[in-house]
Amino acid sequence: MTTAVAPASGERRWARLLARWETLLLVALIGLIVLGTYLSPFFLTPGNFSNLIAALMEVAIMALPMTLIIVAGEIDLSVESMAGLASAILGFLWAAGVPLWVDIPLVLVVGALGGLLNGLLVARGGLPSLVVTLGTLALFRGLALIVLGPRGISDFPAAFTELGFGHVPGTLIPWPFVIFLALALLLGIVLHRTWIGRQVYAIGKNTGAARFSGVRVTRVKVSLFVLSGLIAALAGIILTSRLSSARADAGSGMTLTVVTVVLLGGVNIFGGSGTIPGVVLAVLAVAVMQNALRLAHVTVEVQSIALGLLLILSVVIPTFAHQAKSAIDRVRGGRPPPADSVPHGERALS
Amino acid sequence: MASMAETPATVALGAPRTPGQWLSTIARQRELSLVAIMVVLGAFVTIAAPQFLTVANISQVAVLASVIAVAAIGEALVVITRNVDLSVEATIGLVAYCVAHVLELHALDAPAAIGLGLGIGLVLGMINGVIVTLFKVPAIVATLGTLSVFRGVDYLIAGSHQVPLAGLPPGFSETAQASVFGIPLFVLVAVVVVVIGTVILRWTRFGRQLYAVGSNPEAAAILGIPSRLVVFTAFSLCGLLAGVAGVMWVMEFGTINGTSATGVVLAVVAAVVVGGVNIFGGSGTLAGAALGALFLGFIANALILVGLSQFWLQAIYGVVILAAVSADAIILRRLKRATSRAGVR
Repeated sequence: MTTAVAPASGERRWARLLARWETLLLVALIGLIVLGTYLSPFFLTPGNFSNLIAALMEVAIMALPMTLIIVAGEIDLSVESMAGLASAILGFLWAAGVPLWVDIPLVLVVGALGGLLNGLLVARGGLPSLVVTLGTLALFRGLALIVLGPRGISDFPAAFTELGFGHVPGTLIPWPFVIFLALALLLGIVLHRTWIGRQVYAIGKNTGAARFSGVRVTRVKVSLFVLSGLIAALAGIILTSRLSSARADAGSGMTLTVVTVVLLGGVNIFGGSGTIPGVVLAVLAVAVMQNALRLAHVTVEVQSIALGLLLILSVVIPTFAHQAKSAIDRVRGGRPPPADSVPHGERALS
Repeated sequence: MASMAETPATVALGAPRTPGQWLSTIARQRELSLVAIMVVLGAFVTIAAPQFLTVANISQVAVLASVIAVAAIGEALVVITRNVDLSVEATIGLVAYCVAHVLELHALDAPAAIGLGLGIGLVLGMINGVIVTLFKVPAIVATLGTLSVFRGVDYLIAGSHQVPLAGLPPGFSETAQASVFGIPLFVLVAVVVVVIGTVILRWTRFGRQLYAVGSNPEAAAILGIPSRLVVFTAFSLCGLLAGVAGVMWVMEFGTINGTSATGVVLAVVAAVVVGGVNIFGGSGTLAGAALGALFLGFIANALILVGLSQFWLQAIYGVVILAAVSADAIILRRLKRATSRAGVR
């Protein structure tokens, strides 16, 4: 789990791979699928899987930029409101007779601008992102309510609702899932295989050191928030399409699930570590869990108990595993791990 | 960042007699500037809508704000220790439903039900405290988790049931409108909580330890301050005060279901931030947090009286939060510049 470089013998490498958070998630995912199949014969049917994935895709899509932001040591609580604002503006423009091919790019621009506001206040103004995005969480939702009020707009054309509701022709794979996978692939490559990603980790591990090493911290952070706003707006469009209804309160409460999924994926809340594959696995695990609970007739509201417990356990288990491991190392007389190493979701970059 | 003098580490900032001094005075007096803004805004609102400055209206605003203020005071205790409690709204909701439900079933009389509510609040706060201090889960993660769990338990108990106003014993809801010597009872509760809390923070060892832990955890550890116990106590008190707010919620609103108090955490944290409590811990006052709650309540009321639609409320809350946190940063930056200049001289 620690980044301590060991002359990895084959056995050691396997041990390290096994102790990885992503591996644990995969095991949990398989366990949940087995449990689900045991609970209900409908669990493994393609139609059911298609439904369970589609319902979580807005959250999943927003979790991707959130991963990068949390790795960089910040947080964006405003995503759910941006999704709501996107939905409201889309509905407002459509109801006013503006064609969708104009509306959608416009909504995405609004999303990027909202992200820019967050980014400038946080990165340039040096303000705490927790408070700034709490402020814009209220602000964006307020703007959504001002734009659309309490009404719902639902007379969207079938071609548009197909985006959120339809499947890839000939399969049961929902379109939003395709969008999610494409974004995950793109952001995964950016985070894990490019200098941009390396800079994001550097900022999250030690902002000061990153700045002295020539990382343009302000620019990277602002870009991440712009990306987050843009993708939150995209999620708002998909949500509007899937529900075939534009509402100002769209996406309410989603931020909680987004952050939960990201942390469950092994991303350290203090920044500096975490992976996109981990978050993708966490999305799948949450989708399967929610579906298993639904088939067991547990209502969506009560399912939040399981989600909250999972979130807490995702931090507690690695911490205790780490403590147990260092205790064993001490008994064996091995080198103790560095005291400041963070066990949660730790991943060697180099 | 208001009340810089609260922390030993920053006392030196306010000390030099420099041009920055007046700024430091303002920075220390977030409470005063909030009151000043309210007076000025209040004057304008009164011109536009004379019914603003009536005893009935002012006391209605104050009563509503008191519920948030009590919860915000608990939140401030936690934030001062460099932690945060996002689960307060779920605690308020769960306590409110439990109290309303036992009253509806006639399982307990009113005083016992209130005691039960406070007890539930305390236990939920202690659960947060244990997860943060014993299991070493970062506060934001822990309380995001318990926000889900407590709310889920609330749904589990409540289902689709709603306790109607008529289900409460006669006189229970009227408590919210009760007043002592012309002052609404709820306002008195908030004031008493502020006074007791402030006395504890200023003049007891625990109070000083609270600031020390939030201001500089490493230094606090070296000084031998039992940080984990201090943080645990802060979370427990936060839960207890959320319990008080939950009981007040039942009295104020009467009709309670599983979704009661959803979204209140925004108002609570906003009140703390607007009240000048530093989100990074170590400084801030309870009076500030309470005034922050009053300020937000005042804005909401003014909006309605001026004739703006309810929909503007959220947006303006957002602007107020952003303005408060920006003001904090600007004042702190000028303060630092002023003191560093003084140092050169």
